[in-house]
Amino acid sequence: MKYKSILDLIGHTPLVEVRSLSPADNVRMWVKLEGQNPTGSVKDRIALALIEDGEATGALTKDKTILEPTSGNTGIAIAMVAKLKGYRFTAVMPDNASHERVSLLHAYGADIIYSPGAEGTNGSVAMATELAKDKGYYMPFQYGNEANVRAHYEGTGPEILEDLPDVKAFVAGLGTGGTLTGVGRRLKEHDPNIKVFAAEPELGELVYGLRSLEDGYIPPIFDPTVLDGKVKVKARESIVWTKALMQKEGIFAGISAGATIWVAQRVAERLAKDGGGDVVCLLPDGGWKYLSTEAWTQELDVAEEQVEDVLWW
Amino acid sequence: MASDGSVKVKIPTVFRRFTGNEAEIDLAPGTIGQLIDQLDERYPGFKGQIMNDEGELHRFVNVYVNDEDARYLEKLETQANEGDRVALLPSVAGG
Repeated sequence: MKYKSILDLIGHTPLVEVRSLSPADNVRMWVKLEGQNPTGSVKDRIALALIEDGEATGALTKDKTILEPTSGNTGIAIAMVAKLKGYRFTAVMPDNASHERVSLLHAYGADIIYSPGAEGTNGSVAMATELAKDKGYYMPFQYGNEANVRAHYEGTGPEILEDLPDVKAFVAGLGTGGTLTGVGRRLKEHDPNIKVFAAEPELGELVYGLRSLEDGYIPPIFDPTVLDGKVKVKARESIVWTKALMQKEGIFAGISAGATIWVAQRVAERLAKDGGGDVVCLLPDGGWKYLSTEAWTQELDVAEEQVEDVLWW
Repeated sequence: MASDGSVKVKIPTVFRRFTGNEAEIDLAPGTIGQLIDQLDERYPGFKGQIMNDEGELHRFVNVYVNDEDARYLEKLETQANEGDRVALLPSVAGG
């Protein structure tokens, strides 16, 4: 297959059945492999959409440096798109992001400004918002930019419906809320009975510990009315199911994939009592960027500790 | 499942200064609203920390019953029975 640019490979990701992970005979579970995007995550979709939106509105010009708060994947995706389009890029990222994320950002030529790891992504958002007051920066702001939602409403959602017009439930992780809001809206327009569930990380005590309630954050683009439920998942459960994905289905996915699988199984158990059908679970990235956590090779207790020390969401 | 008839409520670090540093508190079963009233009785002023003047949960506070966010269940009317796990957590972003 021939392509004119790596950007043409964004989206149209494969949907793979994971038969062994379904808890019931009348429920078929499918995973959408977003790790197949060029930089290895779902964020390629929104990076392209955010930058092209900035170009279209005239807010992004060649004299500006793109600035974005990110836990890693969005930064890596923007770094790639910015490189190809000729923009400078600075990522604002928590200092406990995995080594692979830092290396990839540097490889694509991005600069990194670190925010305190203990403040999580919320800390990066606050720091980037302050820095973006400098007019030399253009901040696409994935948490507040409708182009994020649109990329999923026009891309990810229709792809799922094309493959599975009778899909009964969709599960994805809650980060910016872009995937759930965009895909959720599109699916519910197609069939209001489709259930949309969010998986949410229960982060380590450290990340919550130093925060006051005033530091809480809900991304402006997230529309909670598209959700039928939200389930929190611990790092330990995410690791268990991320390993199961590899050992039972040969799928090497990032740590948060396990969290969505765990939630999808709860959803599948309910669906099984309600006539069964297809459940789609979006796996946001591949496992490569998490290898240094040794999540796949260590004892569970050790792996849990390693993962909780890095940003896995 | 707990056999002592109680509901276990997990308190995040950010709220422990209101609970004398207790991280897990056993309460009698009831709705989330009733559990919060029990907490406020035991730790006066607790309710004001996690709810707004309209009597709704603060928007940055999530309450979970067996890991499910109560906002998407029956909100403050969500029932927590014997052996259920309730957790209060601040909201976080990813991406």
